[in-house]
Amino acid sequence: MSSPSSTQGAPLASEKRETFSSRKLFILSAIGSAVGLGNIWRFPYVAYENGGGAFLIPYLVAILCAGIPLLFLDYSIGHRYRGSAPLAYRRANRKTEMLGWWQVLICFVIAIYYAAIIAWAAMYCWFSITKAWDKNPKGAEGFFMNDFLKVSDTVGVSFDVVGRIFVPMLIVWLVTMVIMIAGVNKGISRANAVFMPLLIVMFVILVVQSVFLPGAIDGLNAFFTPDFAALQNPAVWAAAFGHIFFSLSVAFGIMVTYSSYMKRKSDLTGSGYVVAFANSGFELLAGIGVFAALGFMAHNAGSSVDDVATSGIGLAFIAFPTIVSQAPLGGLIGVLFFGSLVFAGLTSLISILEVIVAAFQDKLGWKRTPATLVVVLPVAVISLVLFPTTTGLYLLDTMDAFVNQFGILACALVLVIVFGAGLGMLPKLAKHMNRHSSIKLGTGWKVLVGGIGPAALGYMLINEVQSKINEPYSGYPAWFNGIFGWGMAGALIVGAVLMSLIPWGKNSKIDDPEFEQHQKNVEAEELPDAVGKEY
Amino acid sequence: MSGIAIVFMIISMLTIWGGLAISLINLSRNPEKDDDHVIETAEPAGNSNL
Repeated sequence: MSSPSSTQGAPLASEKRETFSSRKLFILSAIGSAVGLGNIWRFPYVAYENGGGAFLIPYLVAILCAGIPLLFLDYSIGHRYRGSAPLAYRRANRKTEMLGWWQVLICFVIAIYYAAIIAWAAMYCWFSITKAWDKNPKGAEGFFMNDFLKVSDTVGVSFDVVGRIFVPMLIVWLVTMVIMIAGVNKGISRANAVFMPLLIVMFVILVVQSVFLPGAIDGLNAFFTPDFAALQNPAVWAAAFGHIFFSLSVAFGIMVTYSSYMKRKSDLTGSGYVVAFANSGFELLAGIGVFAALGFMAHNAGSSVDDVATSGIGLAFIAFPTIVSQAPLGGLIGVLFFGSLVFAGLTSLISILEVIVAAFQDKLGWKRTPATLVVVLPVAVISLVLFPTTTGLYLLDTMDAFVNQFGILACALVLVIVFGAGLGMLPKLAKHMNRHSSIKLGTGWKVLVGGIGPAALGYMLINEVQSKINEPYSGYPAWFNGIFGWGMAGALIVGAVLMSLIPWGKNSKIDDPEFEQHQKNVEAEELPDAVGKEY
Repeated sequence: MSGIAIVFMIISMLTIWGGLAISLINLSRNPEKDDDHVIETAEPAGNSNL
Protein backbone atom coordinates (compact mmCIF):
# COMPACT_ATOMS: atom_id res chain seq x y z
CA MET A 1 0.00 0.00 0.00
CA SER A 2 1.46 3.37 -0.90
CA SER A 3 0.42 6.91 -0.23
CA PRO A 4 0.24 9.53 -2.94
CA SER A 5 3.48 11.32 -3.60
CA SER A 6 4.31 14.43 -5.50
CA THR A 7 6.73 14.96 -8.30
CA GLN A 8 7.20 18.66 -7.61
CA GLY A 9 9.90 18.25 -5.00
CA ALA A 10 7.67 18.97 -1.98
CA PRO A 11 8.66 16.90 1.04
CA LEU A 12 5.57 14.69 0.89
CA ALA A 13 5.21 11.60 3.00
CA SER A 14 5.52 8.39 1.04
CA GLU A 15 6.20 6.13 4.00
CA LYS A 16 3.54 4.27 5.99
CA ARG A 17 2.11 5.84 9.10
CA GLU A 18 4.36 4.94 12.00
CA THR A 19 3.22 2.58 14.75
CA PHE A 20 4.78 1.81 18.12
CA SER A 21 6.77 -1.34 17.42
CA SER A 22 5.52 -2.98 20.61
CA ARG A 23 2.84 -2.58 23.26
CA LYS A 24 5.55 -2.15 25.87
CA LEU A 25 6.90 0.93 24.10
CA PHE A 26 3.44 2.47 23.80
CA ILE A 27 2.81 1.92 27.51
CA LEU A 28 6.21 3.32 28.45
CA SER A 29 5.65 6.39 26.26
CA ALA A 30 2.13 6.92 27.62
CA ILE A 31 3.46 6.67 31.19
CA GLY A 32 6.27 9.05 30.21
CA SER A 33 3.65 11.52 29.06
CA ALA A 34 1.41 11.12 32.12
CA VAL A 35 4.24 11.26 34.66
CA GLY A 36 5.31 14.88 34.55
CA LEU A 37 6.19 17.70 36.89
CA GLY A 38 2.72 17.58 38.47
CA ASN A 39 3.24 14.07 39.81
CA ILE A 40 6.34 15.18 41.68
CA TRP A 41 5.49 18.67 42.83
CA ARG A 42 1.69 18.84 42.80
CA PHE A 43 0.23 15.54 44.04
CA PRO A 44 2.00 15.40 47.44
CA TYR A 45 0.64 18.80 48.49
CA VAL A 46 -2.84 18.28 47.02
CA ALA A 47 -3.15 15.02 48.97
CA TYR A 48 -1.82 16.59 52.17
CA GLU A 49 -4.12 19.63 51.91
CA ASN A 50 -7.21 17.58 51.14
CA GLY A 51 -7.47 15.05 53.93
CA GLY A 52 -4.02 13.39 54.02
CA GLY A 53 -4.54 9.62 54.14
CA ALA A 54 -8.30 10.05 53.71
CA PHE A 55 -7.65 11.69 50.31
CA LEU A 56 -7.06 8.17 49.02
CA ILE A 57 -10.82 7.62 48.88
CA PRO A 58 -11.81 10.55 46.60
CA TYR A 59 -8.57 9.99 44.67
CA LEU A 60 -9.39 6.35 43.86
CA VAL A 61 -12.98 7.25 43.05
CA ALA A 62 -11.72 9.97 40.69
CA ILE A 63 -9.31 7.58 38.94
CA LEU A 64 -11.95 4.93 38.38
CA CYS A 65 -14.92 7.21 37.65
CA ALA A 66 -13.30 10.00 35.65
CA GLY A 67 -9.60 9.51 34.89
CA ILE A 68 -9.65 6.05 33.32
CA PRO A 69 -13.02 6.48 31.50
CA LEU A 70 -11.82 9.75 29.92
CA LEU A 71 -8.49 8.13 29.05
CA PHE A 72 -10.44 5.43 27.19
CA LEU A 73 -12.43 8.09 25.32
CA ASP A 74 -9.14 9.53 24.03
CA TYR A 75 -7.82 6.06 23.17
CA SER A 76 -10.97 5.09 21.31
CA ILE A 77 -11.03 8.22 19.12
CA GLY A 78 -7.31 8.08 18.31
CA HIS A 79 -7.24 4.37 17.65
CA ARG A 80 -10.51 4.10 15.70
CA TYR A 81 -9.84 7.12 13.47
CA ARG A 82 -6.06 6.76 13.37
CA GLY A 83 -4.97 10.34 13.03
CA SER A 84 -3.57 13.37 14.83
CA ALA A 85 -6.16 15.14 17.00
CA PRO A 86 -7.70 17.37 14.26
CA LEU A 87 -7.81 14.58 11.68
CA ALA A 88 -9.13 11.95 14.09
CA TYR A 89 -11.93 14.26 15.28
CA ARG A 90 -12.73 15.23 11.71
CA ARG A 91 -12.97 11.61 10.68
CA ALA A 92 -15.26 10.95 13.65
CA ASN A 93 -17.45 13.87 12.63
CA ARG A 94 -16.61 16.69 10.27
CA LYS A 95 -17.91 19.31 12.69
CA THR A 96 -15.60 18.28 15.54
CA GLU A 97 -12.32 19.08 13.76
CA MET A 98 -12.13 22.35 15.65
CA LEU A 99 -11.73 20.44 18.95
CA GLY A 100 -8.56 18.89 17.60
CA TRP A 101 -7.05 22.26 16.67
CA TRP A 102 -8.05 23.61 20.08
CA GLN A 103 -5.98 20.82 21.64
CA VAL A 104 -3.09 21.51 19.26
CA LEU A 105 -3.05 25.17 20.31
CA ILE A 106 -3.31 24.23 24.00
CA CYS A 107 -0.26 22.00 23.54
CA PHE A 108 1.56 24.88 21.83
CA VAL A 109 1.03 27.15 24.86
CA ILE A 110 2.07 24.46 27.32
CA ALA A 111 5.17 23.53 25.31
CA ILE A 112 6.55 27.09 25.24
CA TYR A 113 6.65 27.40 29.04
CA TYR A 114 7.26 23.74 29.94
CA ALA A 115 10.71 23.93 28.33
CA ALA A 116 11.62 26.80 30.68
CA ILE A 117 10.91 24.74 33.80
CA ILE A 118 12.96 21.83 32.46
CA ALA A 119 15.84 24.24 31.85
CA TRP A 120 15.60 25.62 35.40
CA ALA A 121 15.63 22.07 36.81
CA ALA A 122 18.68 21.20 34.70
CA MET A 123 20.53 24.24 36.08
CA TYR A 124 19.51 23.28 39.62
CA CYS A 125 21.17 19.87 39.16
CA TRP A 126 24.42 21.76 38.84
CA PHE A 127 23.59 24.23 41.62
CA SER A 128 22.93 21.26 43.94
CA ILE A 129 26.60 20.39 43.66
CA THR A 130 27.90 23.96 44.05
CA LYS A 131 25.14 24.89 46.57
CA ALA A 132 24.98 28.21 44.77
CA TRP A 133 22.08 29.48 46.91
CA ASP A 134 24.13 29.35 50.12
CA LYS A 135 25.83 32.59 49.09
CA ASN A 136 22.58 34.58 48.97
CA PRO A 137 21.69 36.20 52.32
CA LYS A 138 18.01 35.55 51.66
CA GLY A 139 18.69 31.85 51.10
CA ALA A 140 17.14 29.71 48.39
CA GLU A 141 14.23 32.07 47.73
CA GLY A 142 16.44 35.11 47.27
CA PHE A 143 18.73 33.12 45.02
CA PHE A 144 15.89 31.82 42.83
CA MET A 145 14.08 35.12 42.39
CA ASN A 146 16.99 37.57 42.31
CA ASP A 147 20.22 35.80 41.36
CA PHE A 148 18.86 33.12 39.04
CA LEU A 149 15.66 34.37 37.37
CA LYS A 150 16.47 38.06 38.01
CA VAL A 151 12.71 38.61 38.27
CA SER A 152 11.67 42.16 37.43
CA ASP A 153 9.84 44.11 40.15
CA THR A 154 7.09 45.14 37.78
CA VAL A 155 4.72 42.66 36.22
CA GLY A 156 4.83 42.99 32.44
CA VAL A 157 6.65 41.76 29.38
CA SER A 158 10.32 42.52 29.07
CA PHE A 159 12.85 41.21 26.59
CA ASP A 160 15.81 41.45 28.98
CA VAL A 161 17.29 38.02 28.39
CA VAL A 162 18.87 36.12 31.29
CA GLY A 163 21.77 34.22 29.74
CA ARG A 164 21.89 31.54 32.41
CA ILE A 165 18.34 30.50 31.48
CA PHE A 166 18.56 31.09 27.75
CA VAL A 167 21.43 28.65 27.20
CA PRO A 168 19.92 25.63 29.02
CA MET A 169 16.56 26.36 27.35
CA LEU A 170 18.26 26.35 23.97
CA ILE A 171 19.83 22.98 24.83
CA VAL A 172 16.41 21.60 25.93
CA TRP A 173 14.95 22.65 22.58
CA LEU A 174 17.84 21.15 20.61
CA VAL A 175 17.57 17.81 22.44
CA THR A 176 13.80 17.79 21.96
CA MET A 177 14.15 18.66 18.29
CA VAL A 178 16.50 15.71 17.69
CA ILE A 179 14.06 13.33 19.41
CA MET A 180 11.08 14.68 17.49
CA ILE A 181 12.80 14.51 14.11
CA ALA A 182 13.73 10.87 14.73
CA GLY A 183 10.01 10.01 14.82
CA VAL A 184 7.76 7.71 16.82
CA ASN A 185 9.94 4.61 16.92
CA LYS A 186 13.47 5.94 16.71
CA GLY A 187 12.79 9.12 18.68
CA ILE A 188 9.83 9.04 21.08
CA SER A 189 10.01 5.32 21.90
CA ARG A 190 13.77 5.30 22.38
CA ALA A 191 13.78 8.45 24.49
CA ASN A 192 11.13 6.97 26.78
CA ALA A 193 12.88 3.60 26.87
CA VAL A 194 15.98 5.37 28.21
CA PHE A 195 14.53 8.22 30.30
CA MET A 196 11.72 6.34 32.06
CA PRO A 197 13.79 3.53 33.65
CA LEU A 198 16.38 6.16 34.57
CA LEU A 199 13.69 8.34 36.16
CA ILE A 200 12.30 5.46 38.19
CA VAL A 201 15.71 4.30 39.43
CA MET A 202 16.75 7.85 40.36
CA PHE A 203 13.47 8.55 42.10
CA VAL A 204 13.51 5.31 44.11
CA ILE A 205 17.05 6.11 45.33
CA LEU A 206 15.85 9.62 46.25
CA VAL A 207 12.88 8.26 48.21
CA VAL A 208 15.01 5.70 50.08
CA GLN A 209 17.52 8.39 50.97
CA SER A 210 14.76 10.78 52.07
CA VAL A 211 12.99 8.36 54.42
CA PHE A 212 16.19 7.84 56.38
CA LEU A 213 16.66 11.57 57.07
CA PRO A 214 16.02 12.74 60.64
CA GLY A 215 12.43 13.96 60.96
CA ALA A 216 11.28 12.05 57.87
CA ILE A 217 8.83 10.03 59.93
CA ASP A 218 7.07 13.24 61.04
CA GLY A 219 6.66 14.20 57.40
CA LEU A 220 5.17 10.83 56.52
CA ASN A 221 2.93 11.02 59.59
CA ALA A 222 1.57 14.37 58.39
CA PHE A 223 1.11 13.03 54.86
CA PHE A 224 -0.74 9.83 55.76
CA THR A 225 -2.77 10.84 58.86
CA PRO A 226 -6.36 10.85 57.62
CA ASP A 227 -8.72 13.76 58.21
CA PHE A 228 -12.09 12.12 57.68
CA ALA A 229 -14.00 15.39 58.05
CA ALA A 230 -12.42 16.47 54.74
CA LEU A 231 -14.47 13.85 52.94
CA GLN A 232 -17.63 15.85 53.63
CA ASN A 233 -16.18 18.87 51.84
CA PRO A 234 -17.10 19.03 48.12
CA ALA A 235 -13.92 21.04 47.44
CA VAL A 236 -11.85 18.00 48.44
CA TRP A 237 -13.68 15.82 45.92
CA ALA A 238 -13.28 18.51 43.25
CA ALA A 239 -9.55 18.63 44.06
CA ALA A 240 -9.28 14.86 43.57
CA PHE A 241 -11.11 14.94 40.22
CA GLY A 242 -9.14 18.00 39.09
CA HIS A 243 -5.82 16.47 40.04
CA ILE A 244 -6.46 13.13 38.33
CA PHE A 245 -7.71 14.89 35.24
CA PHE A 246 -4.50 16.91 34.81
CA SER A 247 -2.23 14.14 36.00
CA LEU A 248 -3.38 11.56 33.44
CA SER A 249 -2.92 13.96 30.46
CA VAL A 250 -6.48 13.39 29.24
CA ALA A 251 -8.16 15.75 26.76
CA PHE A 252 -4.86 17.32 25.63
CA GLY A 253 -4.90 15.41 22.36
CA ILE A 254 -1.81 13.54 23.55
CA MET A 255 -3.52 10.22 24.12
CA VAL A 256 -5.49 10.58 20.88
CA THR A 257 -2.20 11.02 19.04
CA TYR A 258 -0.30 8.25 20.84
CA SER A 259 -3.14 5.72 20.51
CA SER A 260 -3.29 6.44 16.77
CA TYR A 261 0.18 4.86 16.59
CA MET A 262 -1.03 1.59 18.16
CA LYS A 263 -1.59 -1.55 16.14
CA ARG A 264 -5.16 -2.42 15.23
CA LYS A 265 -5.38 -5.48 17.47
CA SER A 266 -4.22 -3.72 20.62
CA ASP A 267 -5.49 -4.39 24.12
CA LEU A 268 -6.41 -0.74 24.68
CA THR A 269 -8.18 -1.01 28.03
CA GLY A 270 -5.63 -3.43 29.50
CA SER A 271 -2.82 -1.04 28.53
CA GLY A 272 -4.79 1.95 29.83
CA TYR A 273 -5.16 0.46 33.32
CA VAL A 274 -1.40 -0.11 33.47
CA VAL A 275 -0.74 3.49 32.41
CA ALA A 276 -3.22 4.93 34.93
CA PHE A 277 -2.00 2.88 37.89
CA ALA A 278 1.66 3.41 36.99
CA ASN A 279 1.00 7.16 36.97
CA SER A 280 -0.65 6.95 40.39
CA GLY A 281 2.02 4.57 41.67
CA PHE A 282 4.65 7.16 40.81
CA GLU A 283 2.64 9.89 42.53
CA LEU A 284 2.42 7.89 45.72
CA LEU A 285 6.18 7.40 45.61
CA ALA A 286 6.59 11.15 45.11
CA GLY A 287 4.30 11.84 48.07
CA ILE A 288 6.49 9.65 50.31
CA GLY A 289 9.76 11.16 49.04
CA VAL A 290 8.62 14.77 49.18
CA PHE A 291 7.01 14.59 52.63
CA ALA A 292 9.92 12.65 54.10
CA ALA A 293 12.17 15.47 52.87
CA LEU A 294 9.78 18.16 54.17
CA GLY A 295 9.71 16.34 57.52
CA PHE A 296 13.49 16.72 57.64
CA MET A 297 13.24 20.40 56.71
CA ALA A 298 10.71 21.04 59.52
CA HIS A 299 12.86 19.06 61.97
CA ASN A 300 15.89 21.20 61.13
CA ALA A 301 13.98 24.48 61.38
CA GLY A 302 12.29 23.40 64.62
CA SER A 303 8.89 24.03 63.03
CA SER A 304 5.94 21.85 62.05
CA VAL A 305 5.53 20.08 58.71
CA ASP A 306 2.52 22.29 58.05
CA ASP A 307 4.78 25.38 58.10
CA VAL A 308 7.09 24.06 55.40
CA ALA A 309 4.61 22.14 53.21
CA THR A 310 4.24 23.68 49.77
CA SER A 311 3.89 22.72 46.13
CA GLY A 312 4.91 23.67 42.61
CA ILE A 313 7.76 26.05 41.92
CA GLY A 314 8.01 26.93 45.62
CA LEU A 315 8.55 23.30 46.57
CA ALA A 316 11.05 22.52 43.82
CA PHE A 317 13.11 25.70 43.66
CA ILE A 318 12.86 27.06 47.19
CA ALA A 319 12.12 24.22 49.67
CA PHE A 320 14.25 21.55 48.02
CA PRO A 321 17.39 23.68 47.71
CA THR A 322 17.10 24.35 51.45
CA ILE A 323 16.89 20.61 52.08
CA VAL A 324 19.87 20.03 49.75
CA SER A 325 21.98 22.48 51.78
CA GLN A 326 21.09 20.94 55.13
CA ALA A 327 20.82 17.20 54.52
CA PRO A 328 23.69 14.72 54.70
CA LEU A 329 24.64 13.89 51.09
CA GLY A 330 22.39 16.81 50.13
CA GLY A 331 24.12 17.25 46.77
CA LEU A 332 23.06 13.75 45.79
CA ILE A 333 19.45 14.45 46.86
CA GLY A 334 19.50 17.59 44.69
CA VAL A 335 20.91 15.88 41.61
CA LEU A 336 18.39 13.02 41.94
CA PHE A 337 15.44 15.35 42.54
CA PHE A 338 16.18 17.89 39.82
CA GLY A 339 17.35 15.16 37.45
CA SER A 340 13.99 13.45 37.98
CA LEU A 341 12.21 16.71 37.15
CA VAL A 342 14.26 17.00 33.95
CA PHE A 343 13.47 13.47 32.76
CA ALA A 344 9.80 13.57 33.83
CA GLY A 345 9.47 16.95 32.10
CA LEU A 346 11.26 15.95 28.90
CA THR A 347 9.13 12.84 28.33
CA SER A 348 6.00 14.95 28.80
CA LEU A 349 7.27 17.77 26.58
CA ILE A 350 7.92 15.27 23.78
CA SER A 351 4.32 14.04 23.98
CA ILE A 352 2.95 17.58 24.01
CA LEU A 353 4.97 18.47 20.90
CA GLU A 354 3.91 15.28 19.14
CA VAL A 355 0.31 16.53 19.19
CA ILE A 356 1.38 19.57 17.15
CA VAL A 357 3.86 17.80 14.87
CA ALA A 358 1.38 15.00 14.04
CA ALA A 359 -1.36 17.53 13.26
CA PHE A 360 0.84 19.43 10.79
CA GLN A 361 2.19 16.21 9.31
CA ASP A 362 -1.38 15.11 8.55
CA LYS A 363 -2.50 18.50 7.32
CA LEU A 364 0.46 19.09 5.02
CA GLY A 365 1.12 15.46 4.12
CA TRP A 366 4.82 16.11 4.69
CA LYS A 367 7.54 13.75 5.80
CA ARG A 368 8.61 13.64 9.44
CA THR A 369 11.70 15.88 9.26
CA PRO A 370 10.26 18.90 7.41
CA ALA A 371 7.00 18.68 9.37
CA THR A 372 8.92 18.61 12.66
CA LEU A 373 11.12 21.55 11.67
CA VAL A 374 8.18 23.65 10.52
CA VAL A 375 6.51 23.10 13.91
CA VAL A 376 9.29 22.87 16.49
CA LEU A 377 11.45 25.74 15.18
CA PRO A 378 8.78 28.45 15.56
CA VAL A 379 7.63 26.99 18.90
CA ALA A 380 11.23 27.01 20.17
CA VAL A 381 11.83 30.57 18.96
CA ILE A 382 8.67 31.90 20.66
CA SER A 383 9.59 30.02 23.83
CA LEU A 384 13.14 31.43 23.75
CA VAL A 385 11.92 34.98 23.20
CA LEU A 386 9.29 35.02 25.96
CA PHE A 387 10.57 32.90 28.85
CA PRO A 388 14.31 33.27 29.55
CA THR A 389 13.61 36.90 30.48
CA THR A 390 13.18 38.87 33.69
CA THR A 391 9.40 38.60 33.31
CA GLY A 392 9.31 34.95 32.24
CA LEU A 393 8.05 33.81 35.65
CA TYR A 394 4.97 36.07 35.54
CA LEU A 395 4.09 34.94 32.03
CA LEU A 396 4.58 31.31 32.91
CA ASP A 397 2.43 31.60 36.03
CA THR A 398 -0.51 33.26 34.27
CA MET A 399 -0.38 31.20 31.09
CA ASP A 400 -0.16 27.95 33.05
CA ALA A 401 -3.14 28.78 35.26
CA PHE A 402 -5.37 29.93 32.41
CA VAL A 403 -4.46 27.30 29.83
CA ASN A 404 -5.14 24.56 32.37
CA GLN A 405 -8.55 25.83 33.39
CA PHE A 406 -9.91 27.58 30.33
CA GLY A 407 -8.02 25.51 27.81
CA ILE A 408 -7.79 21.89 28.86
CA LEU A 409 -10.70 21.79 31.29
CA ALA A 410 -13.06 23.72 29.00
CA CYS A 411 -12.04 21.63 25.98
CA ALA A 412 -12.60 18.41 27.93
CA LEU A 413 -16.07 19.55 28.95
CA VAL A 414 -17.00 20.35 25.34
CA LEU A 415 -15.50 17.03 24.23
CA VAL A 416 -17.55 14.84 26.60
CA ILE A 417 -20.74 16.76 25.85
CA VAL A 418 -20.22 16.59 22.07
CA PHE A 419 -19.22 12.93 21.91
CA GLY A 420 -21.71 11.85 24.58
CA ALA A 421 -25.01 13.68 24.42
CA GLY A 422 -24.32 15.60 21.19
CA LEU A 423 -23.28 12.96 18.70
CA GLY A 424 -24.17 9.86 20.71
CA MET A 425 -20.91 8.23 19.65
CA LEU A 426 -20.06 6.47 22.89
CA PRO A 427 -21.71 3.11 21.97
CA LYS A 428 -19.77 3.02 18.70
CA LEU A 429 -16.50 3.89 20.44
CA ALA A 430 -17.11 1.32 23.21
CA LYS A 431 -17.71 -1.31 20.55
CA HIS A 432 -14.40 -0.43 18.94
CA MET A 433 -12.54 -0.60 22.26
CA ASN A 434 -14.12 -3.95 23.11
CA ARG A 435 -13.12 -5.70 19.89
CA HIS A 436 -9.57 -6.51 20.98
CA SER A 437 -9.38 -5.31 24.59
CA SER A 438 -9.18 -7.52 27.66
CA ILE A 439 -11.42 -5.38 29.88
CA LYS A 440 -14.74 -4.60 28.21
CA LEU A 441 -16.54 -1.27 28.33
CA GLY A 442 -20.29 -1.31 28.87
CA THR A 443 -23.08 0.90 30.09
CA GLY A 444 -20.98 1.96 33.09
CA TRP A 445 -18.39 3.60 30.87
CA LYS A 446 -21.00 5.43 28.80
CA VAL A 447 -22.66 6.78 31.95
CA LEU A 448 -19.31 7.86 33.42
CA VAL A 449 -18.13 9.64 30.26
CA GLY A 450 -21.48 10.99 29.11
CA GLY A 451 -22.99 11.81 32.53
CA ILE A 452 -20.50 11.98 35.42
CA GLY A 453 -17.81 13.46 33.15
CA PRO A 454 -19.75 16.57 32.09
CA ALA A 455 -21.09 17.05 35.64
CA ALA A 456 -17.66 16.88 37.32
CA LEU A 457 -15.89 18.94 34.64
CA GLY A 458 -18.71 21.51 34.55
CA TYR A 459 -18.60 21.92 38.33
CA MET A 460 -14.84 22.47 38.27
CA LEU A 461 -15.01 24.94 35.40
CA ILE A 462 -17.75 27.05 37.01
CA ASN A 463 -15.73 27.16 40.26
CA GLU A 464 -12.66 28.30 38.37
CA VAL A 465 -14.48 30.99 36.39
CA GLN A 466 -15.90 32.37 39.65
CA SER A 467 -12.59 32.38 41.49
CA LYS A 468 -10.68 33.99 38.61
CA ILE A 469 -13.34 36.67 38.13
CA ASN A 470 -13.58 37.46 41.84
CA GLU A 471 -9.93 38.32 42.31
CA PRO A 472 -7.12 39.01 39.84
CA TYR A 473 -4.95 35.94 39.44
CA SER A 474 -1.80 36.17 41.64
CA GLY A 475 -2.59 39.88 42.14
CA TYR A 476 -1.24 40.70 38.68
CA PRO A 477 -2.51 43.82 36.84
CA ALA A 478 -5.82 43.40 35.00
CA TRP A 479 -4.29 44.12 31.58
CA PHE A 480 -1.66 41.41 32.12
CA ASN A 481 -4.15 38.69 33.11
CA GLY A 482 -6.49 40.04 30.43
CA ILE A 483 -4.00 39.54 27.62
CA PHE A 484 -1.99 36.51 28.70
CA GLY A 485 -4.77 34.78 30.66
CA TRP A 486 -8.29 35.43 29.41
CA GLY A 487 -7.14 36.78 26.03
CA MET A 488 -4.80 33.85 25.40
CA ALA A 489 -7.50 31.29 26.36
CA GLY A 490 -10.01 33.04 24.06
CA ALA A 491 -7.48 33.29 21.24
CA LEU A 492 -7.02 29.51 21.37
CA ILE A 493 -10.71 29.02 20.58
CA VAL A 494 -10.74 31.61 17.80
CA GLY A 495 -7.50 30.14 16.39
CA ALA A 496 -8.97 26.64 16.49
CA VAL A 497 -12.05 27.72 14.55
CA LEU A 498 -9.87 29.45 11.95
CA MET A 499 -7.57 26.44 11.59
CA SER A 500 -10.56 24.16 11.08
CA LEU A 501 -11.73 26.43 8.23
CA ILE A 502 -8.52 25.94 6.25
CA PRO A 503 -9.30 23.25 3.67
CA TRP A 504 -7.37 19.99 3.61
CA GLY A 505 -5.24 19.93 0.47
CA LYS A 506 -4.88 17.06 -1.94
CA ASN A 507 -1.52 16.17 -0.40
CA SER A 508 -2.93 16.00 3.12
CA LYS A 509 -3.84 12.77 4.86
CA ILE A 510 -7.57 13.39 4.61
CA ASP A 511 -7.90 10.87 1.76
CA ASP A 512 -5.35 8.33 2.83
CA PRO A 513 -5.54 4.88 1.20
CA GLU A 514 -3.82 3.45 4.28
CA PHE A 515 -6.60 4.77 6.51
CA GLU A 516 -9.27 3.52 4.14
CA GLN A 517 -7.78 0.04 4.41
CA HIS A 518 -7.65 0.39 8.21
CA GLN A 519 -11.27 1.48 8.24
CA LYS A 520 -12.30 -1.52 6.13
CA ASN A 521 -10.39 -3.89 8.40
CA VAL A 522 -11.95 -2.37 11.53
CA GLU A 523 -15.44 -2.61 10.07
CA ALA A 524 -14.88 -6.17 8.84
CA GLU A 525 -13.98 -7.19 12.38
CA GLU A 526 -16.82 -5.38 14.08
CA LEU A 527 -19.88 -7.16 15.29
CA PRO A 528 -22.74 -6.19 12.96
CA ASP A 529 -25.38 -3.97 14.56
CA ALA A 530 -28.37 -5.94 15.77
CA VAL A 531 -31.21 -5.81 13.26
CA GLY A 532 -34.90 -5.53 14.05
CA LYS A 533 -34.32 -3.39 17.14
CA GLU A 534 -37.99 -2.43 17.23
CA TYR A 535 -38.87 -5.91 18.45
CA MET B 1 4.19 7.63 63.05
CA SER B 2 0.77 7.13 64.54
CA GLY B 3 -1.07 3.84 64.13
CA ILE B 4 -3.75 5.30 61.86
CA ALA B 5 -1.11 6.94 59.62
CA ILE B 6 0.68 3.60 59.26
CA VAL B 7 -2.63 1.87 58.44
CA PHE B 8 -3.41 4.46 55.75
CA MET B 9 0.10 4.26 54.36
CA ILE B 10 -0.27 0.50 53.97
CA ILE B 11 -3.79 0.77 52.47
CA SER B 12 -2.54 3.39 49.96
CA MET B 13 0.39 1.23 48.93
CA LEU B 14 -1.76 -1.89 48.61
CA THR B 15 -4.48 -0.25 46.53
CA ILE B 16 -2.31 1.83 44.20
CA TRP B 17 0.75 -0.38 43.78
CA GLY B 18 -1.50 -3.45 44.05
CA GLY B 19 -3.69 -1.98 41.31
CA LEU B 20 -0.60 -1.59 39.16
CA ALA B 21 0.44 -5.20 39.84
CA ILE B 22 -3.04 -6.52 38.96
CA SER B 23 -3.12 -4.40 35.77
CA LEU B 24 0.26 -5.81 34.74
CA ILE B 25 -0.84 -9.38 35.46
CA ASN B 26 -4.03 -8.84 33.43
CA LEU B 27 -2.01 -7.47 30.52
CA SER B 28 0.49 -10.32 30.60
CA ARG B 29 -2.40 -12.80 30.40
CA ASN B 30 -3.50 -11.19 27.15
CA PRO B 31 -0.42 -11.39 24.96
CA GLU B 32 0.14 -8.90 22.20
CA LYS B 33 -1.18 -9.89 18.76
CA ASP B 34 1.25 -9.40 15.89
CA ASP B 35 -1.03 -10.37 13.00
CA ASP B 36 -2.63 -7.04 12.20
CA HIS B 37 -3.11 -7.99 8.54
CA VAL B 38 -5.33 -10.95 9.42
CA ILE B 39 -9.02 -10.08 9.74
CA GLU B 40 -10.69 -11.70 12.72
CA THR B 41 -14.43 -11.41 12.35
CA ALA B 42 -16.19 -10.88 15.64
CA GLU B 43 -18.16 -13.66 17.24
CA PRO B 44 -21.55 -12.63 18.57
CA ALA B 45 -20.62 -13.23 22.21
CA GLY B 46 -19.05 -11.47 25.15
CA ASN B 47 -20.70 -9.18 27.62
CA SER B 48 -19.74 -5.86 29.02
CA ASN B 49 -18.37 -5.76 32.49
CA LEU B 50 -17.60 -2.15 33.27
